[in-house]
Amino acid sequence: MANPTAEKSKAQSEPLSMMAVLAPAIGWLIPGAGHMIQKRWIRGLLLFVSVATLFVLGLAMQGRIYKANGGDILDILGFVGDVGAGGLYIVTMAADWGQGAIAFATADYGTKFMIVAGLLNFIAVADAYHIAIGKKQ
Amino acid sequence: MTITLNHFSAAAVFALFASIVFGITHRETTRDMVRYGLYCFAMFLGGVLVAGWAMWILRR
Repeated sequence: MANPTAEKSKAQSEPLSMMAVLAPAIGWLIPGAGHMIQKRWIRGLLLFVSVATLFVLGLAMQGRIYKANGGDILDILGFVGDVGAGGLYIVTMAADWGQGAIAFATADYGTKFMIVAGLLNFIAVADAYHIAIGKKQ
Repeated sequence: MTITLNHFSAAAVFALFASIVFGITHRETTRDMVRYGLYCFAMFLGGVLVAGWAMWILRR
């Protein structure tokens, strides 16, 4: 029977494989794709649905998307959260969506939904990396 | 298209999807993922209900 501790230390001492670089990058660009390219289909699909639904709901609730040159420290933190959504953020910026609407009371919820979607995708990216280096099954 | 969610439904949607991601990323086996996801969901919604009742009591 394999020793999980020995496997983990072996994985940590080995140089980065192609998958260890590719999985987080693809996973950031398309939520869940980092798991899918490692044949974790169901996990990848669930991650995609979770992150994408939160992000799209945030947009539909007239949430505001943060830009890189926010100036204010809270805007910068919002940008860091938003940018975690990867491709969803890029498409939103390209289409000029996510301008926010003060008229809707729920717009602030939408803004937070999009930030959380990005932060959750960061966690998913880290998980894809751990799978790629053999630290997790 | 504009979607308007009330406070509780927004919290429930948030709890559902955050719990799915937490379950998948924080545990190793499928069984543990499901259990941890359900635990997170219960804690999120439980926290909302407790905070809601606490605010109701403070208001009185």
